[in-house]
Amino acid sequence: MNPNIVPIVMPKWGLSMSEGKLTGWLKPVGAGVVVGDEIIEVETDKIVNVVESSAAGTLRRIIGENGKVYPVKALIGVIAPDDVPEAEIDAFVADYATPASEDKSSDEAAPRYEFVDTAFGRLRYAKRGEGDNVILLIHGFGGDLDNWLFNIEALSAAGTVYALDLPGHGQSDKVVSEPSLNWLASAVVAFMDAVGVQAAHLVGHSMGGAISMRAALDQPARVKSLTLIGSAGLGSEINGDYIEGFVGAASRRELKPLLEQLFDDPALVNRQLVDDVLKYKRIDGVEEALRAVAGGLFRDGRQTSVLAGELKASGAPVLIVWGESDRIIPAAHASTLGAAAKTEVLPGAGHMVQMEKAGRVNELVLDHVSD
Amino acid sequence: MTRKISFKTAINEALDLEMTRDPSVIMLGEDIVGGCGAPGEADAWGGVLGVTKGLYAKHGNRLLDTPLSESAYIGAAIGAAACGMRPVAELMFIDFVGVCFDQIFNQAAKFRYMFGGKARTPVVIRTMVGAGFRAAAQHSQMLTPLFTQLPGLKVICPSNAYDAKGLLIQAIRDDDPVIFCEHKNLYSAECDVPAESYTIPFGEANVVREGKDVTIVSYGLTVHRALDAATTLAQKDRIEADVIDLRTLSPIDWDTVLESVEKTGRLVVVDEANPRCSIATDVAAYVAQHAFGALKAAPQMVTAPHTPVPFSPSLEDLYIPTADAVVAAVGKTIARAKAA
Repeated sequence: MNPNIVPIVMPKWGLSMSEGKLTGWLKPVGAGVVVGDEIIEVETDKIVNVVESSAAGTLRRIIGENGKVYPVKALIGVIAPDDVPEAEIDAFVADYATPASEDKSSDEAAPRYEFVDTAFGRLRYAKRGEGDNVILLIHGFGGDLDNWLFNIEALSAAGTVYALDLPGHGQSDKVVSEPSLNWLASAVVAFMDAVGVQAAHLVGHSMGGAISMRAALDQPARVKSLTLIGSAGLGSEINGDYIEGFVGAASRRELKPLLEQLFDDPALVNRQLVDDVLKYKRIDGVEEALRAVAGGLFRDGRQTSVLAGELKASGAPVLIVWGESDRIIPAAHASTLGAAAKTEVLPGAGHMVQMEKAGRVNELVLDHVSD
Repeated sequence: MTRKISFKTAINEALDLEMTRDPSVIMLGEDIVGGCGAPGEADAWGGVLGVTKGLYAKHGNRLLDTPLSESAYIGAAIGAAACGMRPVAELMFIDFVGVCFDQIFNQAAKFRYMFGGKARTPVVIRTMVGAGFRAAAQHSQMLTPLFTQLPGLKVICPSNAYDAKGLLIQAIRDDDPVIFCEHKNLYSAECDVPAESYTIPFGEANVVREGKDVTIVSYGLTVHRALDAATTLAQKDRIEADVIDLRTLSPIDWDTVLESVEKTGRLVVVDEANPRCSIATDVAAYVAQHAFGALKAAPQMVTAPHTPVPFSPSLEDLYIPTADAVVAAVGKTIARAKAA
């Protein structure tokens, strides 16, 4: 098989995805592509997003049809350099077999998500990859581990990736007994203890960034590096109307415009995404937990803890990533640490930059956490 | 944590969680314990289809097996509600409502109004509805429109296990009388349901599928027929349907229905009830009055025929609206638009 022939396949975004709908070709057949070019648009039951090219060459075959649903890893198209003969490409397409979905065989035996008991309640998490280099993904306020839908698989190239649901969030217990960064950071360390992780690279989004910073300051030996994505804790501004609105929103009508503020492209917020957040918000105890956390960390539209100064002094290796059009925490906070951090502000992305520019964010994080 | 459970288990779980949370929640009904005082009661049957199985072992005498007298125990439940309890009464089949209708429509539904807003009647009447169970004309009716006629009652009819649990918990916590209709042919249908308690507010429809060409409105079992029809329409004719599950019939979410019809211009209502003065006629009339300008064709109704539910299995299968009938009704709205 010619190694220069690269298949474009239906991606696997998140643990529960088994198929996706091809909703658009963003390049015509015969177009030259480079790594990172947006090739196709895919809609899952969770979200719409683009698939970026993983190779450079020419788009030689368009196989997937617009509007059709394909299983994960099904062949959608082919990229190869111009000098690869047509016959070889045809043979590649003819021989391509869609690998069986790993979930199907292990559906009964291995749960897609796991749970672990800690002093901070029962916490849900997902684990991907293997090896001693551990990366721990920590979502933001009101989020859950599915916020790392487009990252968890890709980052497992660097080692073992864990993503957890913080207390009060996702499917973890809905108890936040002390709404402070210290308490939440202690929960993260307790999680590491419970799953037997001595030290990890912490990747935190939004509030999860501030929690990561607190953990790194409190327990420097447990934190190998920090990646702060659209992070809290670097300045005092925050969109208080969003926080207040998110906590209070009780219907799809109220919630959708709020969730749209999280993205540069509001069209990414589909019905299922809104429904999933609504289902979480309707669980007993969630509103109280969110209200408590918002009161503790984001009182009166200001962040109560700014850790930038302390962090600068600590000398921990830090990568900062921001979406240029972030409407929740201003992108200006990205430069707070100055030369003490590696900083990247990505255009065409909002607060959920790890979803909207997943390919680039994954690249940056992989580079940062590779030992 | 979330796992797949059946509609029946979801109902059982909602009752268990609310009885655990709130000591004023009690249950009354025929055979809900399964023969009070009989040996082996911990493992007793738990209602005619086993929905309340296991609850007596956990909550003991807060579940009361009643004599076969709906007049008595539905009245007792309503009275207990007026006196501060939160009773959940099981009216086995909605078809039996005739003998206790005064208690429901002239007492429970009126208390808040007659006592100047000072009386609360937080009673839930759980009841099985719908055909397809080979149980003949007196155990198979979809009598939801009888109750939506009456101000003062809330009327709920979920289509899946997730909604059933959240809506039942909401019903138990609600301070007004709620008629909670469970389609017996959905009892084994499974979906993802959180283990925790959660509520779904009344008056919020669920858009279960999005499309631009036609709005299909339904509730209960026929939501699934509407979805099957939508899949066929998309595959065969590239017609994309918005499918709306009303979930709660009183109050009803007119905004979601109107918003959809304003987008699609076409309306098909699917209702398992008999055709006259039904949910179907109600939705069609409301849309005709409030979104007439948006309509590209006359609203279509797919309902059961105006007959009792037949005992013959082959006739009963024809009685409930089918996906094919929904596809045909959608075809009429498109054909008329083309002709015009």
